[in-house]
Amino acid sequence: MNATSIAVIMGLSLIIFAVPARLKWHVSFVLQILLGAITGWSALRVLLTDTGILNVPFFYLRGNPVQLLMDPLSAYFVLVINFTAITGGLYALGYLKPYAAAKNPTELSLHHFSFLWLHISMLLVCMIREGLAFLIVWEMMAVTSFILVIFESEKKETIRIGINYLIQMHVALVFIMSGFIYASAKTGAAFGFDGLATYFAVYAPFSAFLLFFIGFGIKAGFMPLHSWLPHAHPAAPAHVSGVMSGVIIKMGIYGILRTLTYIHTDLLFIGIFMLVISMISGLLGVMYAIVQHDVKKLLAYHSIENIGIIGIGIGVGLIGLAMNIPELAALGFAGGLLHVLNHSLFKSLLFYCAGSVNQQTHTRHIEDLGGLIKQMPKTGLFFLLGALSICGLPPFNGFISEFLIYSGLFNSLQSGGLSIDLVLLGAFVGLVLIGGLAIFCFTKVFSIVFLGTGRTEAPRHAHEVTNSMIIPKVASGLLIVAVGILPMAFVGPLSKVTGQFVDDVSAMRNTTAALTQVSYGSLLFVGIAALLWIVRTFQQKKVNVGFGPTWGCGYSGADPAVHQYTATSYADNYVAIVGPLVKVKKQYIPFKEDEIFPFPRKFETHTRDPLEHYLVNRPVGVLTTRMEKAAVFQTGKLQHYMLYALLFMVLVFLLTVFQYI
Amino acid sequence: MIALGILLTIAVSLVFPGIIAITKARLGGRKGPGIFQPLLDIIRLFKKGSVYSHTTSIVFQAAPVIYVASILVALLFIPFGQTQGLLSFEGDFVFFASVLAIGKFLLIIGAMDTGSGFEGMGANREALYSMLVEPAFFILMGSIALLTKHTSFHDIYAHLYLNSYLSRLIAIVGIYLFGLIALVENSRLPIDDPATHLELTMVHEVMILDNSGFDMAILHLASGFKFALYGALIANFMIPSEWALGGQIFVFLLAQFLFAFGIGALESFRARNKMAKNPQWILTLSAISLIGFLTAMIITHNFILN
Repeated sequence: MNATSIAVIMGLSLIIFAVPARLKWHVSFVLQILLGAITGWSALRVLLTDTGILNVPFFYLRGNPVQLLMDPLSAYFVLVINFTAITGGLYALGYLKPYAAAKNPTELSLHHFSFLWLHISMLLVCMIREGLAFLIVWEMMAVTSFILVIFESEKKETIRIGINYLIQMHVALVFIMSGFIYASAKTGAAFGFDGLATYFAVYAPFSAFLLFFIGFGIKAGFMPLHSWLPHAHPAAPAHVSGVMSGVIIKMGIYGILRTLTYIHTDLLFIGIFMLVISMISGLLGVMYAIVQHDVKKLLAYHSIENIGIIGIGIGVGLIGLAMNIPELAALGFAGGLLHVLNHSLFKSLLFYCAGSVNQQTHTRHIEDLGGLIKQMPKTGLFFLLGALSICGLPPFNGFISEFLIYSGLFNSLQSGGLSIDLVLLGAFVGLVLIGGLAIFCFTKVFSIVFLGTGRTEAPRHAHEVTNSMIIPKVASGLLIVAVGILPMAFVGPLSKVTGQFVDDVSAMRNTTAALTQVSYGSLLFVGIAALLWIVRTFQQKKVNVGFGPTWGCGYSGADPAVHQYTATSYADNYVAIVGPLVKVKKQYIPFKEDEIFPFPRKFETHTRDPLEHYLVNRPVGVLTTRMEKAAVFQTGKLQHYMLYALLFMVLVFLLTVFQYI
Repeated sequence: MIALGILLTIAVSLVFPGIIAITKARLGGRKGPGIFQPLLDIIRLFKKGSVYSHTTSIVFQAAPVIYVASILVALLFIPFGQTQGLLSFEGDFVFFASVLAIGKFLLIIGAMDTGSGFEGMGANREALYSMLVEPAFFILMGSIALLTKHTSFHDIYAHLYLNSYLSRLIAIVGIYLFGLIALVENSRLPIDDPATHLELTMVHEVMILDNSGFDMAILHLASGFKFALYGALIANFMIPSEWALGGQIFVFLLAQFLFAFGIGALESFRARNKMAKNPQWILTLSAISLIGFLTAMIITHNFILN
């Protein structure tokens, strides 16, 4: 990796505007591959060999050199970014085809250009430590992703959501910038991450950490900073949602991790803070997800849940560091870090599948779908693969990272004293609940979208998507299975990254030994299932196999299209339990007692996110009404304004007379 | 020797439903079938053909196979007294629970695949109940792990009684909870009545309405496996490690028999819960296991002596 090659790619990106519309994607994708190859190769060298930290001078800013630094943490994120951004880029080829006629060449150029630059800026975010340059590339990432989100700009709603996203990203930027300014003003050290080391060495870390946590946390989508996320993901095109959920929100996690590398005091408090926020994000994320009927919004809430799982890993890792329990520290960080990769794989896969369904059926409303696995078998099976792995089930990757965190929690019981045991209890109960709720949610969404029969006309005319939309799914799917079956191949190199946070990575050797057995267990599971399937195939050859309608329990008029379970009814008994935490409003006309021949009725449910409602919408609403009332002063008449100026001067005069100022 | 526990468990699983059936019949004043009758029914099912609904897809056909495979893999973790299972590692109970969960996942979506409203209802209830029961299992295992400082089934059982006679308290909680968790996992009374005739009130039975032939046969087999699986977890609390092997096997079989008999007796004398009360009932299990965890904390942190 050298600065010239990256600069050349940046320069070449302008070609996208010059070439004809049908070639724009090709230019962008080729540049993405080049970029991935250059940075990925260096990242692999840092992670797998003893190269140490790569240090490449990049450019000069205000006379100061800005370097690209690649340590194991950067290298790991660079690899994750490259994989998801390139699969997303490939997926865009098929996904954008229907838009080719509707969009003019400038719009397409802007989209591809932004996608490429999003890729570039995310890579730079991971490699730049100098404050101002970091903020610039961070801003580039926000702006390019904003342009990507508003691709369907003809819809008013999309623009509104896009602007909401842009504003929240800038709020995040302000917090990060304040963090840097605060640290450098207090100590006089360099503006940027390098200056943080001086700051955290001297001062109590929490206040500065909180600034960074809010800034990076808005990007990551920790609750209650998440309110942009469930809106932006559904509005964006599928490949952008995939990349957004897979890697853009991980830049927030990267920022938090990078900040944590400089903090060595007060870790217990910070760890418990992280753990509590993450448990709230994890639990409420999945709880809100269950009641969503928009498949992409549902997946967006699951992103919040998985950010919560990553945060739980980091939180317990910090607690392990603070309490000097090396095993908990190592396994917490290893689990959290591995989940970054895992989530980027299965979440982008799920978004690609959801996008394929959306493209074929033109709806994201799951109550309109059904039976799609017959028309779109590949997409259906890949969605199932993603669903199983997001639920943390073996033999897939989600299980491995959760297993690492679980092992850390259980193996550290009794090593830290009473209160730590209670914290660990809370953490593993939280993880179990998240896992159980995720299974509930994904049995629902997979069944309603892909199984049974179509509920409306929408799914009946769907066809399997083209290969350019299947290959990214295959790539993600293969890695999901690879991490699940051969966890050691991935956890091994990861120990270098974990080593940046914990001194004693060898404390997890018991669990690494267990991982080998886990892979035996997974292989046995696959083997037994395959064997049973073969036996079944032989048995089915010998006997009569018939086909008929679904058994309607004696009622022959049963029609799956009408009588099958819906997503609302599936979630209903769950809603009855968790009631006040998730607001679901039902709207219907109840039956009257004397009504013998009922007329056709409608049944509607509406959900809202209580956190967003009470913490964002309501205060903003109150503020807006107050501001509107204050607008009576803005009359537009010059006389009034001069009166205000006069009153102001009188006020200043009086205050001076009475010696208030 | 390693496979002893597994072989015994599989052997017991074949007659387990038979013992329950006989107990129920005798307590109800009937003569009842032979102990091998459920097994003979399964063998007959293996010879039969299958009928598939037009609505179903490959998911429906693969679901029973994966469900049974998941239970068979879970069986490999079962230790026997001081002998470990075929697979044993730190944190193996997490794998155990997760692999059972993937089986359940497939069974649920298999039922949803038929497009039947009844099966959807059953699948939905099963999903809810297994979600609610999961914490009880983990908190229980957590409290035993806290007590023994070990996290694999084999080490937990091997070290349970070494530290303190007080750990018998946890063993009692463990036996009680594993028994009730087994009832929830197998959809038996008081959660679900397998003998009910009304589909609207079924949980597990209604999920497998459309399965026939081979699929049905292995689902029935799986039910026996699952019972014996939890029976073995219970029996391991009771096996005295200082006894000779013959004695240990006797205790194992006796515990399994008592478990089966207990289920039969429970189903003869108890009515099922009101459907809406089930979530509460299942959450109580987590509450009990929390008490177990607190007890373990009291023991390990020597609160009694302070």
